[in-house]
Amino acid sequence: MGSTLKGIFSVGFGYSMLRVTTPILFAALGAVVSEKAGAVNIGLEGLMLISGVTGVIVSAWTQSAWLGLLAGLVLAVLFALFMGYFHIKLGTDMVLAGIAMNVIASGGTVFALFVASGDRGISSSLASKVLPTVELPLINKIPVIGPILSGHNVLTYFALLAVVGVWYFLYRTPLGLRLRAVGESPDSADSVGISVSKMRFLALGISGFLAGFGGCHLSMGYVSWFSRDMTAGRGFIGLAASALGGVHPIGTAIASLFFGFADALSNYMQSLSIPSEFVQMIPYLATVAALGVFARRQMSRERKGKKQAGREVA
Amino acid sequence: MSMGSLLEMKGITKVYPNGVLANDGVDFSVRKGEIHALVGENGAGKTTLMRVLFGLETPDEGEIYYKGSQLQISSPLQAIRSGIGMVHQHFMLAPSLTVTENIVLGVEPRKGLRFDWDQAVSKVKELAERYNLHVDPRAQIRDIPIGMRQKVEILKALLRGAELLVLDEPTAVLTPQETEELFASLMELKKQGHTMVFISHKLGEVKQITDRISVMRGGRMVGVRNTAEVSEADISRLMVGRDVLLRVNKPPAKPGKKVLEVESLSLFTPEGKALLDGVSFSVREGEILGIAGVEGNGQSELVEILTGLRQAHGGSLRIEGQLCTNAAPGQLRRLGVSHIPEDRMLHGVAVDAAIQENLMADRISKPDYSGKVFLRTKDIESTAKSLVQEFNIVARSPRTPVKMLSGGNIQKVVVAREFSSNPKLVIANQPTRGVDVGAIEFIHRKLVEICRSGVAVLLISADLNEVMSLSDRLLVFYGGRVVAGFSNADAVSEEELGLYMLGIKAQESAQLKEALA
Amino acid sequence: MIRRDLVFEIGRTLIAIALALLLGFVIVLLVSEEPFNAFINFVAGPLTTTRRIGNWIEATIPLIFTGLAVCIAFQAGQFNIGAEGQLFFGAVTATIVALTFQLPMYLHVLVALLGAMVGGAIAGAIPGIMKARWGANELVSSLMLNYVFYRLGLYLINYHYRDSSAGAMVSYRLPETSWLQQFWPPTRVHWGLWVALAAILFSYLFLYRTRWGYALRMTGLNKDFAAYAGISVSAVIIYSQVISGAIAGLAGAADVLGLYRRFQWQQLPGYGFDGIIIAILARNHPLGVPIAALFLAYVRSGASIMSRMSDVSAEMVAIIQGIMILLVTAQAFLAKWRHRSVVREAKKHGLNA
Repeated sequence: MGSTLKGIFSVGFGYSMLRVTTPILFAALGAVVSEKAGAVNIGLEGLMLISGVTGVIVSAWTQSAWLGLLAGLVLAVLFALFMGYFHIKLGTDMVLAGIAMNVIASGGTVFALFVASGDRGISSSLASKVLPTVELPLINKIPVIGPILSGHNVLTYFALLAVVGVWYFLYRTPLGLRLRAVGESPDSADSVGISVSKMRFLALGISGFLAGFGGCHLSMGYVSWFSRDMTAGRGFIGLAASALGGVHPIGTAIASLFFGFADALSNYMQSLSIPSEFVQMIPYLATVAALGVFARRQMSRERKGKKQAGREVA
Repeated sequence: MSMGSLLEMKGITKVYPNGVLANDGVDFSVRKGEIHALVGENGAGKTTLMRVLFGLETPDEGEIYYKGSQLQISSPLQAIRSGIGMVHQHFMLAPSLTVTENIVLGVEPRKGLRFDWDQAVSKVKELAERYNLHVDPRAQIRDIPIGMRQKVEILKALLRGAELLVLDEPTAVLTPQETEELFASLMELKKQGHTMVFISHKLGEVKQITDRISVMRGGRMVGVRNTAEVSEADISRLMVGRDVLLRVNKPPAKPGKKVLEVESLSLFTPEGKALLDGVSFSVREGEILGIAGVEGNGQSELVEILTGLRQAHGGSLRIEGQLCTNAAPGQLRRLGVSHIPEDRMLHGVAVDAAIQENLMADRISKPDYSGKVFLRTKDIESTAKSLVQEFNIVARSPRTPVKMLSGGNIQKVVVAREFSSNPKLVIANQPTRGVDVGAIEFIHRKLVEICRSGVAVLLISADLNEVMSLSDRLLVFYGGRVVAGFSNADAVSEEELGLYMLGIKAQESAQLKEALA
Repeated sequence: MIRRDLVFEIGRTLIAIALALLLGFVIVLLVSEEPFNAFINFVAGPLTTTRRIGNWIEATIPLIFTGLAVCIAFQAGQFNIGAEGQLFFGAVTATIVALTFQLPMYLHVLVALLGAMVGGAIAGAIPGIMKARWGANELVSSLMLNYVFYRLGLYLINYHYRDSSAGAMVSYRLPETSWLQQFWPPTRVHWGLWVALAAILFSYLFLYRTRWGYALRMTGLNKDFAAYAGISVSAVIIYSQVISGAIAGLAGAADVLGLYRRFQWQQLPGYGFDGIIIAILARNHPLGVPIAALFLAYVRSGASIMSRMSDVSAEMVAIIQGIMILLVTAQAFLAKWRHRSVVREAKKHGLNA
């Protein structure tokens, strides 16, 4: 136990927590934007897979990680819009559209991988590129904090910037105002001529864009290859983080860090003699537990009126 | 095209996906600078016609001319750009956003990339000043009263340069004072050159404020008149196609023992504001107790508590002497409480289920309809068939999904179920809202019938006419309290009720006690 | 449902399927050097030999269970996407029960099936209880629990029932008394088929002929209406998820007791999400489930034959499935065609009041 604690408080743990939080945070921010516009994007998982495999294939072809990233982002956005088309224009239930997206992506990415490399499990036969890591000047000199914050993949810093960016967009720009109005009261937006469909398309596009970063981080940063279903539920965890964070970028970032913590913990504890299955269960159990606690708190808040009444009667 | 017409709608036909023909070749024209009433019963097609005008519905046939040229309106944005504004019956406002944000939404002032909040606020203030429509620009919509929300809606349209303003039943949710205030604003708007379409079925108001009247009935336009030349009775005849008398034949009440006893019931919002504040009354078998009041004064919450859909925070509730505060809906139903809900589509029916399934919802577990394991399908069918007949539900068969029925027939399904469960207490909340005249008469007759057979009836209605003509005793709700009670409903005038409903007057507790007993 | 609607829905579904298949063929044309060969194997492959027909039926069996499981949850208005974890855990508990007890022939199978149902029901109950008690979103919780039960199941098998003499990570071989017997040599089609048919009948009768099924359907159609009418909505949420989980558990048991005779999954098999596709194709009706399951299994077997006999990878079929979900659930897909006939009819009859 003592060694576990030491491990958690080590610099290496702090670093790896930020690293594993990155893809979750991207997914979670994607979930926030689409949910603010009134669409629960359950297809994040699939969108991440699509951008992940695209990044690997294109970076191998072009020998440029950045072109790979660009292609991954473009495809993730296009598929998000494709899903959006069915939901917004043709009336497919958003959750089912998301599930369909995930089905298409989980098979389609393997199919694409097979066509591109002749392999169906992992892309190691492709000479794909990795996005660079960044040493933060000055900060990397600070003891403890430096090694935790510095030397991450460039996308980790993008993720942190994205938190601020999403917040600014949603709460400080006219477009963000419209997007929130569409999510909260589509009729009110409609009545002033704001196109609900356009705003939802925009939200899903941004959501796909963010998920695209998450997917590329997985296959071109976190590791240097794409493997079948490599997202392993991170898109879904992102949804949970958004729910837990009150669908607000800041709260969601904090919730994502918590999931990153659980994920890092499971990686760390694998080196101990605890069955790996249990350790790998931690982030998922944490999500379920957090969801339960969150829902309970919400419910008791709604019942608060009762307590107040009790006081007055007494 | 006739002289001076600002708007001409010609031959508008609209069929909804469920097959309802809401507009059937409707012609409608409005002159510049007038206030034009569009009247008709609920379901006559007024709202549909206006939704077509505002681009919220695509008509199946017909043309729209505005300022002399043909318009293809396929979205609200086009309507707005052409200078048409609409104030919807259900406000189109986002509750968590501020007044300013709601008003400038879509035409936000900006500073670079940013939304320029300060400029937006001053813009709203300026506009409010100019039209004498006072609002608090920084308040969140959810915190301001209904009357102010409506002003926000009007300002929204004006900010976008609306010349033609459509107001869909704007007074339905207002107190008489707020209504007077609204009318003053509308006259001011007219003076400044705006044209208005005023949708209503309150003929008094129509007479008071409009220049011309168009009347719709059953999806068709049945006549246009100059307001000054017609009486309320004339319009009423046009609306329903015959004279209606909302007098109900009601044998004298013979109240028996108390069925429902409510004792200092209270309910609070999470912020601690009282929604119900020590409400006490009782209902006896064989009498109709009416509750009058402007909507939103605690009546809905009271009904929800009485029927188990919401938990009270204090007080008690007894049915035939048995304490059942905060019991589940199923338990209350077993004690003999039946309930015609305010919103039939939300609570009253499952629209995708068959009529017979809807009729059985409260009694499916009873041995008459279910054995130990399997349902008694034959008994269910025969009961449903006889209910459909007895309550005049117009449908192909009891297996027809409820969504295929008209509003009046859906309400009859609800009434049939609630009246046929051998209730001891019927709670009827807005029992005739939005149904046709035939169904209103039918439901009123049934209510009196079941009451006089020895059932206690609690009637809640925003329709003063209804609550006054049906009730034996009458209570008035204001601000979550009973502010007045009348042991003889016939002995009170509409004007007097109005004073209590607005909270201008309240009875002394001694006087109140007498009426509550 | 009215006759006209039924015909319309069936027609719409068929057109959606046809379009999705067409897209599949276009993809094959694009990537394959022998597209004709790939086509033929995909479309006709499953029917060419008895063994392949057998494979098709074998693949249908678990899909019937998960299709029914999802139907029941959907009819209750619950988004159960936890069937995956439920069937995986059901397979684990069936394995444990089969290995733990020594019982006579028929009894042993029944007890093992019961074990699977209990395992699946437990996995299903958790999101149900969390929803009913606290209002926690069952979508996310059931999804996360998939991964939890996956790891928990693997742990139980790998640490307590692992056959170390076998090369792979598999459980001990199950005693023959616990097998679902294969009855159609040379195929491996097994008694699980009869269990599946029984489950269809059960689901149909439960939903449409009992008061609990009635309460479940009303809750799914309009929760507020159900509560208003005195139905206990939270009870419905819990029992619908429990029954759904129990049936999903049988899907796992069918494969373990009928096909493999030992636990050998290292990955989630994906039947849970297939169940969603089947429920959608069957319009949540139990009697539509076997048809949809046969169809999906046929497409699957065709794809796997195609990938063995040609240069096209079987995963292509996922794209077809996804497109099928999108088209079938798209309300506006072909709706204009229907609206026109409604307009005609409404005008003929006048105001439909």
